[in-house]
Amino acid sequence: MILRDIAHSRTGDKGDTCNISVIAYREEDWPLIRQEVTAERVAAHFGPQMGGDVVRYELPQLRALNFVLRGALAGGVTRSLALDAHGKALGSTILDMEIGD
Amino acid sequence: MKTIRIGSGAGFAGDRIEPAVELAEKGRLDYLAFECLAERTIALAQQEKMHDPSAGFDPMLVRRIKAVLPAARANGTRIITNMGAANPQAAAEAARRVAREMGIKGVRIAAVTGDDVLDRILEGEYRLDESGRPVSELGNKLVSANAYTGIDGIIDALEQGADIVITGRAADPVLFLAPLVHEFGWARDDWATLGRGTLVGHLLECAAQVTGGYFADPGVKDVPDMLHIGYPLAEVQADGSAIITKVDGSGGIVSTATCTEQLLYEVHDPSAYFQPDVIADFSQTRFRQEGENRVAVEGASGRQRTGLLKVSVGYVDGWIGEGQISYGGPGAEERGRLAIDLVARRLAELGLRVQESRGELIGVNSILPGNTSQAPPREVRMRFAARCDSREDALRIGEEVEGLYLNGPYGGGGVTKQAREVVAIGSTFIPEDLVSQTVTILES
Repeated sequence: MILRDIAHSRTGDKGDTCNISVIAYREEDWPLIRQEVTAERVAAHFGPQMGGDVVRYELPQLRALNFVLRGALAGGVTRSLALDAHGKALGSTILDMEIGD
Repeated sequence: MKTIRIGSGAGFAGDRIEPAVELAEKGRLDYLAFECLAERTIALAQQEKMHDPSAGFDPMLVRRIKAVLPAARANGTRIITNMGAANPQAAAEAARRVAREMGIKGVRIAAVTGDDVLDRILEGEYRLDESGRPVSELGNKLVSANAYTGIDGIIDALEQGADIVITGRAADPVLFLAPLVHEFGWARDDWATLGRGTLVGHLLECAAQVTGGYFADPGVKDVPDMLHIGYPLAEVQADGSAIITKVDGSGGIVSTATCTEQLLYEVHDPSAYFQPDVIADFSQTRFRQEGENRVAVEGASGRQRTGLLKVSVGYVDGWIGEGQISYGGPGAEERGRLAIDLVARRLAELGLRVQESRGELIGVNSILPGNTSQAPPREVRMRFAARCDSREDALRIGEEVEGLYLNGPYGGGGVTKQAREVVAIGSTFIPEDLVSQTVTILES
Protein backbone atom coordinates (compact mmCIF):
# COMPACT_ATOMS: atom_id res chain seq x y z
CA MET A 1 0.00 0.00 0.00
CA ILE A 2 1.17 3.52 -0.66
CA LEU A 3 0.31 6.60 1.35
CA ARG A 4 -2.01 7.87 -1.41
CA ASP A 5 -4.39 4.98 -0.67
CA ILE A 6 -5.19 6.30 2.81
CA ALA A 7 -4.16 9.97 2.93
CA HIS A 8 -4.22 13.24 1.06
CA SER A 9 -1.72 16.05 1.13
CA ARG A 10 -1.09 19.71 0.30
CA THR A 11 2.16 21.59 -0.14
CA GLY A 12 2.92 25.21 0.66
CA ASP A 13 6.01 27.39 0.45
CA LYS A 14 7.34 30.35 2.38
CA GLY A 15 10.75 31.58 1.32
CA ASP A 16 13.08 28.59 1.26
CA THR A 17 10.83 26.48 3.50
CA CYS A 18 8.43 23.88 2.20
CA ASN A 19 5.56 22.49 4.25
CA ILE A 20 3.69 19.32 3.40
CA SER A 21 0.55 18.14 5.16
CA VAL A 22 -0.50 14.49 5.31
CA ILE A 23 -4.13 13.95 6.25
CA ALA A 24 -5.80 10.59 6.86
CA TYR A 25 -9.09 10.09 5.04
CA ARG A 26 -10.39 7.76 7.75
CA GLU A 27 -10.00 7.66 11.52
CA GLU A 28 -8.93 3.99 11.45
CA ASP A 29 -5.86 4.78 9.31
CA TRP A 30 -4.64 7.62 11.50
CA PRO A 31 -2.65 5.50 14.00
CA LEU A 32 -0.71 3.83 11.16
CA ILE A 33 0.08 7.15 9.51
CA ARG A 34 1.09 8.70 12.81
CA GLN A 35 3.36 5.75 13.53
CA GLU A 36 4.99 5.26 10.14
CA VAL A 37 5.16 8.67 8.47
CA THR A 38 7.90 10.00 10.70
CA ALA A 39 10.14 13.01 10.17
CA GLU A 40 13.00 10.58 9.53
CA ARG A 41 11.15 8.78 6.73
CA VAL A 42 10.13 12.05 5.13
CA ALA A 43 13.74 13.25 5.32
CA ALA A 44 14.90 10.04 3.64
CA HIS A 45 12.23 10.38 0.93
CA PHE A 46 13.44 13.83 -0.08
CA GLY A 47 17.13 13.07 0.27
CA PRO A 48 19.90 15.08 1.89
CA GLN A 49 19.53 18.14 -0.36
CA MET A 50 15.90 18.82 0.52
CA GLY A 51 15.28 16.73 3.58
CA GLY A 52 18.16 17.97 5.72
CA ASP A 53 15.93 19.66 8.27
CA VAL A 54 12.48 18.11 8.75
CA VAL A 55 10.18 18.86 11.68
CA ARG A 56 6.82 17.13 12.18
CA TYR A 57 3.76 18.65 13.87
CA GLU A 58 0.70 16.60 14.84
CA LEU A 59 -2.97 17.62 14.79
CA PRO A 60 -4.73 14.45 15.98
CA GLN A 61 -8.21 16.01 16.05
CA LEU A 62 -7.86 16.59 12.29
CA ARG A 63 -5.98 13.30 11.63
CA ALA A 64 -3.25 15.48 10.17
CA LEU A 65 0.52 15.76 10.20
CA ASN A 66 2.43 18.81 9.05
CA PHE A 67 6.01 18.45 7.87
CA VAL A 68 8.22 21.51 7.66
CA LEU A 69 11.32 21.22 5.45
CA ARG A 70 13.70 24.12 5.94
CA GLY A 71 16.15 24.96 3.15
CA ALA A 72 14.30 22.56 0.84
CA LEU A 73 13.48 24.85 -2.06
CA ALA A 74 16.89 25.65 -3.53
CA GLY A 75 16.62 29.27 -2.40
CA GLY A 76 12.86 29.62 -2.65
CA VAL A 77 10.47 30.55 -5.41
CA THR A 78 12.22 33.79 -6.27
CA ARG A 79 15.68 32.38 -7.01
CA SER A 80 15.42 28.60 -7.38
CA LEU A 81 16.63 26.98 -10.60
CA ALA A 82 13.85 24.40 -10.34
CA LEU A 83 11.01 24.45 -12.83
CA ASP A 84 8.54 24.00 -9.98
CA ALA A 85 10.19 26.67 -7.88
CA HIS A 86 7.33 26.67 -5.34
CA GLY A 87 7.81 22.96 -4.79
CA LYS A 88 4.05 22.56 -5.21
CA ALA A 89 4.49 19.37 -7.22
CA LEU A 90 7.35 18.23 -5.02
CA GLY A 91 5.12 17.58 -2.01
CA SER A 92 2.83 15.26 -3.98
CA THR A 93 5.66 12.75 -4.30
CA ILE A 94 5.27 11.95 -0.60
CA LEU A 95 2.07 10.03 -1.44
CA ASP A 96 4.30 7.43 -3.14
CA MET A 97 5.67 6.34 0.24
CA GLU A 98 5.16 2.64 1.01
CA ILE A 99 3.14 2.14 4.18
CA GLY A 100 1.81 -0.78 6.24
CA ASP A 101 2.43 -4.42 5.36
CA MET B 1 -27.07 37.91 16.43
CA LYS B 2 -24.86 39.83 14.04
CA THR B 3 -23.23 37.80 11.25
CA ILE B 4 -20.67 39.27 8.87
CA ARG B 5 -20.43 37.76 5.41
CA ILE B 6 -17.03 38.14 3.84
CA GLY B 7 -15.93 36.70 0.50
CA SER B 8 -12.62 36.03 -1.20
CA GLY B 9 -12.51 37.38 -4.75
CA ALA B 10 -8.96 36.40 -5.72
CA GLY B 11 -6.18 34.29 -4.26
CA PHE B 12 -3.36 35.50 -6.48
CA ALA B 13 -2.60 38.26 -8.97
CA GLY B 14 -3.64 36.26 -12.00
CA ASP B 15 -6.76 34.68 -10.53
CA ARG B 16 -10.08 34.37 -12.37
CA ILE B 17 -12.49 37.29 -12.36
CA GLU B 18 -15.88 35.59 -12.94
CA PRO B 19 -16.10 33.88 -9.52
CA ALA B 20 -15.64 37.25 -7.80
CA VAL B 21 -18.52 38.67 -9.83
CA GLU B 22 -20.65 35.68 -8.79
CA LEU B 23 -19.79 36.36 -5.15
CA ALA B 24 -20.56 40.07 -5.47
CA GLU B 25 -23.90 39.36 -7.13
CA LYS B 26 -25.15 36.37 -5.15
CA GLY B 27 -23.09 36.17 -1.96
CA ARG B 28 -25.04 38.80 0.02
CA LEU B 29 -21.63 39.99 1.16
CA ASP B 30 -20.68 42.72 3.57
CA TYR B 31 -17.07 42.57 2.36
CA LEU B 32 -15.22 41.20 -0.63
CA ALA B 33 -11.44 40.92 -0.31
CA PHE B 34 -8.90 40.31 -3.05
CA GLU B 35 -5.46 38.94 -2.11
CA CYS B 36 -3.20 39.50 -5.09
CA LEU B 37 0.30 40.09 -3.74
CA ALA B 38 2.86 37.27 -3.73
CA GLU B 39 6.24 37.51 -1.99
CA ARG B 40 8.06 38.76 -5.05
CA THR B 41 5.32 40.81 -6.70
CA ILE B 42 5.95 43.94 -4.69
CA ALA B 43 9.66 44.01 -5.61
CA LEU B 44 8.79 43.73 -9.29
CA ALA B 45 6.16 46.44 -8.84
CA GLN B 46 8.74 48.66 -7.16
CA GLN B 47 10.99 48.26 -10.21
CA GLU B 48 8.09 49.33 -12.46
CA LYS B 49 7.40 52.34 -10.25
CA MET B 50 11.05 53.42 -10.57
CA HIS B 51 10.62 53.54 -14.34
CA ASP B 52 7.14 55.10 -14.23
CA PRO B 53 5.88 56.88 -11.07
CA SER B 54 2.24 56.23 -12.04
CA ALA B 55 2.82 52.46 -12.29
CA GLY B 56 3.66 49.81 -9.72
CA PHE B 57 0.20 48.53 -8.83
CA ASP B 58 -1.60 45.37 -9.91
CA PRO B 59 -2.22 45.44 -13.69
CA MET B 60 -5.55 43.61 -13.24
CA LEU B 61 -6.91 46.10 -10.70
CA VAL B 62 -8.91 48.05 -13.26
CA ARG B 63 -10.50 44.93 -14.74
CA ARG B 64 -11.37 43.51 -11.33
CA ILE B 65 -12.90 46.73 -9.98
CA LYS B 66 -14.84 47.24 -13.19
CA ALA B 67 -16.24 43.71 -13.01
CA VAL B 68 -17.44 43.77 -9.39
CA LEU B 69 -18.23 47.43 -8.71
CA PRO B 70 -21.84 47.51 -10.00
CA ALA B 71 -22.91 44.53 -7.89
CA ALA B 72 -20.84 45.62 -4.90
CA ARG B 73 -22.44 49.06 -5.07
CA ALA B 74 -25.97 47.65 -5.41
CA ASN B 75 -25.49 45.25 -2.49
CA GLY B 76 -23.56 47.52 -0.16
CA THR B 77 -20.45 45.32 -0.31
CA ARG B 78 -17.18 46.98 0.59
CA ILE B 79 -14.01 45.94 -1.23
CA ILE B 80 -10.62 45.41 0.40
CA THR B 81 -7.49 44.54 -1.56
CA ASN B 82 -3.70 44.64 -1.55
CA MET B 83 -3.64 45.34 -5.29
CA GLY B 84 -1.96 48.65 -4.50
CA ALA B 85 1.34 46.73 -4.46
CA ALA B 86 4.14 49.33 -4.58
CA ASN B 87 1.79 52.21 -5.36
CA PRO B 88 -1.58 52.22 -3.54
CA GLN B 89 -2.06 55.91 -4.29
CA ALA B 90 -1.87 55.42 -8.07
CA ALA B 91 -4.07 52.33 -7.71
CA ALA B 92 -6.73 54.38 -5.89
CA GLU B 93 -6.61 56.98 -8.65
CA ALA B 94 -7.06 54.25 -11.26
CA ALA B 95 -10.02 52.84 -9.31
CA ARG B 96 -11.57 56.31 -9.16
CA ARG B 97 -11.17 56.69 -12.93
CA VAL B 98 -12.95 53.37 -13.49
CA ALA B 99 -15.83 54.35 -11.23
CA ARG B 100 -16.19 57.69 -13.00
CA GLU B 101 -16.04 56.08 -16.45
CA MET B 102 -18.83 53.75 -15.36
CA GLY B 103 -20.84 56.73 -14.16
CA ILE B 104 -20.81 55.52 -10.56
CA LYS B 105 -20.55 58.57 -8.33
CA GLY B 106 -19.72 58.91 -4.66
CA VAL B 107 -17.51 55.83 -4.33
CA ARG B 108 -15.02 56.47 -1.54
CA ILE B 109 -11.65 54.88 -2.28
CA ALA B 110 -8.92 54.69 0.35
CA ALA B 111 -5.22 54.28 -0.34
CA VAL B 112 -3.37 52.85 2.66
CA THR B 113 0.36 53.55 2.54
CA GLY B 114 3.25 53.16 4.95
CA ASP B 115 4.45 49.61 4.31
CA ASP B 116 7.46 50.87 2.30
CA VAL B 117 10.26 50.90 4.89
CA LEU B 118 13.27 50.95 2.56
CA ASP B 119 14.65 54.18 4.08
CA ARG B 120 14.52 52.78 7.64
CA ILE B 121 16.07 49.50 6.60
CA LEU B 122 18.98 51.35 4.99
CA GLU B 123 19.52 53.46 8.11
CA GLY B 124 19.34 50.68 10.66
CA GLU B 125 21.24 47.52 11.51
CA TYR B 126 19.13 44.83 9.88
CA ARG B 127 20.16 41.34 8.88
CA LEU B 128 18.61 38.99 6.36
CA ASP B 129 16.90 36.17 8.20
CA GLU B 130 17.99 33.60 5.58
CA SER B 131 21.73 34.34 5.42
CA GLY B 132 22.39 36.33 8.58
CA ARG B 133 24.20 38.94 6.46
CA PRO B 134 23.54 42.69 6.89
CA VAL B 135 20.90 44.04 4.50
CA SER B 136 23.16 47.03 3.81
CA GLU B 137 25.65 44.68 2.09
CA LEU B 138 23.20 44.39 -0.80
CA GLY B 139 24.06 47.99 -1.76
CA ASN B 140 22.61 49.01 -5.10
CA LYS B 141 21.19 45.51 -5.62
CA LEU B 142 18.48 46.35 -3.09
CA VAL B 143 15.14 46.98 -4.83
CA SER B 144 12.52 47.17 -2.10
CA ALA B 145 11.72 46.65 1.56
CA ASN B 146 8.07 46.37 2.56
CA ALA B 147 6.71 45.56 5.99
CA TYR B 148 3.81 43.15 6.38
CA THR B 149 1.39 45.58 7.97
CA GLY B 150 -1.53 44.82 10.27
CA ILE B 151 -5.16 45.84 10.62
CA ASP B 152 -4.85 49.49 11.69
CA GLY B 153 -4.63 51.18 8.28
CA ILE B 154 -7.57 49.25 6.84
CA ILE B 155 -9.72 49.87 9.93
CA ASP B 156 -8.90 53.59 9.76
CA ALA B 157 -10.04 53.61 6.13
CA LEU B 158 -13.28 51.75 6.96
CA GLU B 159 -14.00 54.17 9.81
CA GLN B 160 -13.65 56.99 7.31
CA GLY B 161 -16.37 55.36 5.22
CA ALA B 162 -14.24 53.85 2.46
CA ASP B 163 -16.12 51.65 -0.01
CA ILE B 164 -12.87 50.38 -1.53
CA VAL B 165 -9.69 50.00 0.52
CA ILE B 166 -6.42 49.55 -1.39
CA THR B 167 -3.25 48.61 0.47
CA GLY B 168 0.29 47.63 -0.40
CA ARG B 169 2.06 44.91 1.58
CA ALA B 170 -0.48 43.96 4.23
CA ALA B 171 -0.25 40.45 5.67
CA ASP B 172 -2.70 38.34 3.66
CA PRO B 173 -5.14 37.34 6.45
CA VAL B 174 -5.27 40.97 7.58
CA LEU B 175 -7.44 41.83 4.56
CA PHE B 176 -10.12 39.69 6.25
CA LEU B 177 -9.29 40.24 9.92
CA ALA B 178 -9.45 44.04 9.67
CA PRO B 179 -13.13 44.29 8.64
CA LEU B 180 -14.06 41.74 11.32
CA VAL B 181 -12.36 43.79 14.04
CA HIS B 182 -14.03 46.90 12.62
CA GLU B 183 -17.49 45.29 12.66
CA PHE B 184 -17.34 43.44 15.95
CA GLY B 185 -15.21 45.92 17.87
CA TRP B 186 -12.80 43.23 19.05
CA ALA B 187 -10.22 44.53 21.52
CA ARG B 188 -6.70 44.77 20.14
CA ASP B 189 -5.49 42.55 22.97
CA ASP B 190 -8.25 39.96 22.70
CA TRP B 191 -5.65 37.54 21.38
CA ALA B 192 -7.89 34.46 21.21
CA THR B 193 -10.53 36.21 19.13
CA LEU B 194 -7.95 37.85 16.89
CA GLY B 195 -6.51 34.37 16.37
CA ARG B 196 -9.92 33.05 15.31
CA GLY B 197 -10.39 35.97 12.91
CA THR B 198 -6.94 35.30 11.52
CA LEU B 199 -7.93 31.70 10.82
CA VAL B 200 -10.96 32.89 8.86
CA GLY B 201 -8.63 35.08 6.81
CA HIS B 202 -6.11 32.29 6.36
CA LEU B 203 -8.77 29.86 5.12
CA LEU B 204 -10.18 32.41 2.65
CA GLU B 205 -7.07 34.18 1.37
CA CYS B 206 -6.25 31.64 -1.36
CA ALA B 207 -9.79 31.73 -2.74
CA ALA B 208 -10.54 28.45 -4.59
CA GLN B 209 -7.96 26.53 -2.58
CA VAL B 210 -10.65 25.99 0.08
CA THR B 211 -13.48 25.28 -2.40
CA GLY B 212 -11.93 22.43 -4.34
CA GLY B 213 -9.06 24.06 -6.23
CA TYR B 214 -5.54 22.62 -5.81
CA PHE B 215 -7.35 19.54 -4.52
CA ALA B 216 -8.71 17.23 -7.25
CA ASP B 217 -6.93 13.92 -7.70
CA PRO B 218 -9.10 11.89 -10.12
CA GLY B 219 -10.43 8.68 -8.66
CA VAL B 220 -9.30 9.58 -5.16
CA LYS B 221 -10.47 13.14 -4.54
CA ASP B 222 -12.98 14.20 -7.14
CA VAL B 223 -14.36 17.73 -7.33
CA PRO B 224 -17.77 18.43 -8.87
CA ASP B 225 -18.09 21.05 -11.63
CA MET B 226 -14.49 22.29 -11.38
CA LEU B 227 -14.99 24.39 -14.46
CA HIS B 228 -17.29 26.73 -12.54
CA ILE B 229 -15.52 26.55 -9.21
CA GLY B 230 -17.04 29.03 -6.76
CA TYR B 231 -14.88 31.21 -4.53
CA PRO B 232 -15.40 31.00 -0.77
CA LEU B 233 -17.20 33.17 1.70
CA ALA B 234 -17.34 33.03 5.47
CA GLU B 235 -20.29 33.73 7.74
CA VAL B 236 -18.56 35.03 10.83
CA GLN B 237 -20.00 35.40 14.33
CA ALA B 238 -19.00 37.92 16.99
CA ASP B 239 -16.91 35.30 18.83
CA GLY B 240 -14.85 34.65 15.67
CA SER B 241 -16.35 31.27 14.91
CA ALA B 242 -17.40 30.89 11.30
CA ILE B 243 -18.95 28.83 8.55
CA ILE B 244 -16.92 28.44 5.37
CA THR B 245 -19.18 28.08 2.35
CA LYS B 246 -19.75 29.28 -1.21
CA VAL B 247 -22.58 30.53 -3.39
CA ASP B 248 -25.34 27.95 -4.04
CA GLY B 249 -25.09 26.50 -7.51
CA SER B 250 -21.41 27.27 -7.99
CA GLY B 251 -18.93 24.48 -8.72
CA GLY B 252 -16.37 22.97 -6.40
CA ILE B 253 -16.66 21.61 -2.89
CA VAL B 254 -16.29 22.85 0.67
CA SER B 255 -15.55 19.93 2.97
CA THR B 256 -13.60 19.20 6.13
CA ALA B 257 -10.93 17.78 3.78
CA THR B 258 -10.57 20.98 1.72
CA CYS B 259 -10.55 23.04 4.93
CA THR B 260 -7.94 20.83 6.63
CA GLU B 261 -5.63 21.05 3.61
CA GLN B 262 -5.96 24.83 3.52
CA LEU B 263 -5.56 25.17 7.29
CA LEU B 264 -2.01 23.81 7.02
CA TYR B 265 -1.15 25.51 3.71
CA GLU B 266 2.00 27.62 4.14
CA VAL B 267 1.86 27.01 7.89
CA HIS B 268 4.85 25.81 9.86
CA ASP B 269 4.20 25.37 13.59
CA PRO B 270 0.37 25.33 13.72
CA SER B 271 0.45 26.71 17.25
CA ALA B 272 2.45 29.78 16.21
CA TYR B 273 1.26 31.50 13.05
CA PHE B 274 3.01 34.85 13.24
CA GLN B 275 0.95 37.83 12.19
CA PRO B 276 1.36 41.60 12.66
CA ASP B 277 -1.51 41.79 15.17
CA VAL B 278 -1.39 38.42 16.93
CA ILE B 279 0.38 35.08 17.09
CA ALA B 280 -2.47 32.85 15.96
CA ASP B 281 -2.75 29.30 17.26
CA PHE B 282 -4.41 26.88 14.80
CA SER B 283 -3.30 23.72 16.61
CA GLN B 284 -6.67 23.00 18.26
CA THR B 285 -8.81 23.88 15.24
CA ARG B 286 -11.83 21.69 14.57
CA PHE B 287 -13.97 21.43 11.45
CA ARG B 288 -17.54 20.12 11.32
CA GLN B 289 -19.48 19.46 8.13
CA GLU B 290 -22.79 21.04 8.97
CA GLY B 291 -24.40 20.91 5.55
CA GLU B 292 -23.57 20.53 1.90
CA ASN B 293 -20.61 22.82 1.20
CA ARG B 294 -20.88 24.26 4.71
CA VAL B 295 -18.08 23.70 7.20
CA ALA B 296 -18.07 25.10 10.73
CA VAL B 297 -14.70 26.27 12.05
CA GLU B 298 -13.84 26.58 15.71
CA GLY B 299 -11.11 26.11 18.26
CA ALA B 300 -8.47 28.53 17.02
CA SER B 301 -6.85 30.82 19.52
CA GLY B 302 -4.00 33.27 19.83
CA ARG B 303 -1.52 35.05 22.03
CA GLN B 304 0.24 38.38 22.26
CA ARG B 305 2.03 39.51 19.12
CA THR B 306 5.80 39.85 18.92
CA GLY B 307 5.89 43.60 18.25
CA LEU B 308 8.07 42.95 15.22
CA LEU B 309 6.86 43.13 11.64
CA LYS B 310 8.29 40.88 8.98
CA VAL B 311 9.85 42.84 6.13
CA SER B 312 10.07 41.47 2.63
CA VAL B 313 13.37 42.61 1.10
CA GLY B 314 13.67 42.49 -2.69
CA TYR B 315 17.07 42.48 -4.40
CA VAL B 316 18.45 41.70 -7.82
CA ASP B 317 20.46 38.51 -7.73
CA GLY B 318 22.00 37.76 -11.12
CA TRP B 319 20.44 36.01 -14.06
CA ILE B 320 19.02 32.57 -14.76
CA GLY B 321 19.54 31.13 -18.23
CA GLU B 322 17.94 27.93 -19.41
CA GLY B 323 17.31 25.77 -22.44
CA GLN B 324 15.13 22.74 -23.10
CA ILE B 325 15.14 20.01 -25.77
CA SER B 326 13.03 16.87 -26.32
CA TYR B 327 13.99 13.27 -27.08
CA GLY B 328 11.60 10.42 -27.98
CA GLY B 329 11.40 6.70 -28.64
CA PRO B 330 13.48 3.92 -27.12
CA GLY B 331 16.60 5.22 -25.42
CA ALA B 332 15.07 8.69 -24.93
CA GLU B 333 16.16 8.83 -21.29
CA GLU B 334 19.76 7.84 -22.06
CA ARG B 335 19.99 10.43 -24.82
CA GLY B 336 18.57 13.05 -22.47
CA ARG B 337 21.23 12.20 -19.89
CA LEU B 338 23.93 12.38 -22.55
CA ALA B 339 22.64 15.82 -23.54
CA ILE B 340 22.89 17.07 -19.93
CA ASP B 341 26.43 15.77 -19.70
CA LEU B 342 27.44 17.42 -22.97
CA VAL B 343 26.07 20.83 -21.99
CA ALA B 344 27.70 20.71 -18.56
CA ARG B 345 31.09 19.81 -20.05
CA ARG B 346 30.83 22.38 -22.85
CA LEU B 347 30.16 25.14 -20.30
CA ALA B 348 33.21 23.99 -18.32
CA GLU B 349 35.41 23.97 -21.44
CA LEU B 350 34.19 27.40 -22.46
CA GLY B 351 35.09 28.66 -18.99
CA LEU B 352 31.66 30.25 -18.54
CA ARG B 353 31.19 31.56 -15.03
CA VAL B 354 28.25 29.70 -13.55
CA GLN B 355 27.32 30.07 -9.87
CA GLU B 356 25.07 27.04 -9.80
CA SER B 357 23.49 24.78 -12.42
CA ARG B 358 20.85 22.09 -12.76
CA GLY B 359 20.35 19.53 -15.51
CA GLU B 360 17.24 17.36 -15.44
CA LEU B 361 14.80 15.31 -17.43
CA ILE B 362 11.21 16.50 -17.32
CA GLY B 363 9.09 13.41 -16.86
CA VAL B 364 11.81 11.66 -14.85
CA ASN B 365 13.49 13.77 -12.19
CA SER B 366 12.66 17.47 -12.58
CA ILE B 367 10.32 17.51 -9.59
CA LEU B 368 12.13 15.20 -7.22
CA PRO B 369 15.86 15.19 -8.07
CA GLY B 370 17.28 11.70 -7.71
CA ASN B 371 14.03 10.13 -8.85
CA THR B 372 14.45 7.24 -11.25
CA SER B 373 11.85 6.27 -13.81
CA GLN B 374 9.80 3.14 -13.06
CA ALA B 375 9.69 2.08 -16.72
CA PRO B 376 11.77 3.48 -19.58
CA PRO B 377 9.95 6.65 -20.65
CA ARG B 378 9.20 6.96 -24.36
CA GLU B 379 9.74 10.71 -24.24
CA VAL B 380 11.72 13.09 -22.08
CA ARG B 381 12.42 16.78 -22.13
CA MET B 382 15.92 17.76 -21.09
CA ARG B 383 16.21 21.02 -19.22
CA PHE B 384 19.44 22.75 -18.28
CA ALA B 385 19.36 25.87 -16.10
CA ALA B 386 22.15 27.92 -14.54
CA ARG B 387 22.58 31.00 -12.41
CA CYS B 388 24.99 33.52 -13.93
CA ASP B 389 26.28 36.98 -13.08
CA SER B 390 25.29 38.62 -16.36
CA ARG B 391 22.58 38.48 -18.98
CA GLU B 392 25.21 37.69 -21.57
CA ASP B 393 26.36 34.57 -19.73
CA ALA B 394 22.76 33.51 -19.06
CA LEU B 395 21.97 33.68 -22.76
CA ARG B 396 24.84 31.30 -23.45
CA ILE B 397 23.08 28.53 -21.50
CA GLY B 398 20.18 28.42 -23.94
CA GLU B 399 22.57 28.72 -26.87
CA GLU B 400 24.49 25.68 -25.71
CA VAL B 401 21.27 23.66 -25.48
CA GLU B 402 20.31 24.89 -28.94
CA GLY B 403 23.70 23.69 -30.21
CA LEU B 404 22.55 20.14 -29.44
CA TYR B 405 20.34 20.25 -32.53
CA LEU B 406 23.30 19.52 -34.79
CA ASN B 407 25.98 18.50 -32.30
CA GLY B 408 24.05 16.51 -29.71
CA PRO B 409 22.40 13.09 -29.41
CA TYR B 410 20.16 11.55 -32.05
CA GLY B 411 16.73 13.09 -32.61
CA GLY B 412 16.74 16.17 -30.38
CA GLY B 413 13.91 18.59 -31.15
CA GLY B 414 11.84 21.56 -29.99
CA VAL B 415 14.46 23.73 -28.32
CA THR B 416 13.25 26.61 -26.20
CA LYS B 417 15.54 29.01 -24.37
CA GLN B 418 15.27 32.00 -22.09
CA ALA B 419 17.22 34.27 -19.79
CA ARG B 420 15.64 36.28 -16.95
CA GLU B 421 16.86 38.61 -14.27
CA VAL B 422 16.35 37.26 -10.76
CA VAL B 423 14.64 39.45 -8.21
CA ALA B 424 15.12 37.51 -5.03
CA ILE B 425 13.28 37.99 -1.75
CA GLY B 426 14.77 37.84 1.69
CA SER B 427 13.24 38.82 4.99
CA THR B 428 14.12 40.80 8.05
CA PHE B 429 12.16 42.18 11.01
CA ILE B 430 11.42 45.77 12.04
CA PRO B 431 9.94 47.08 15.33
CA GLU B 432 6.28 47.88 14.73
CA ASP B 433 6.57 51.39 16.14
CA LEU B 434 8.85 52.33 13.24
CA VAL B 435 6.01 51.71 10.80
CA SER B 436 3.05 54.06 10.57
CA GLN B 437 0.27 53.95 8.04
CA THR B 438 -1.47 56.80 6.24
CA VAL B 439 -4.94 56.75 4.72
CA THR B 440 -5.84 58.98 1.77
CA ILE B 441 -9.46 59.07 0.59
CA LEU B 442 -10.50 59.82 -3.00
CA GLU B 443 -14.12 60.08 -4.18
CA SER B 444 -15.49 59.32 -7.62
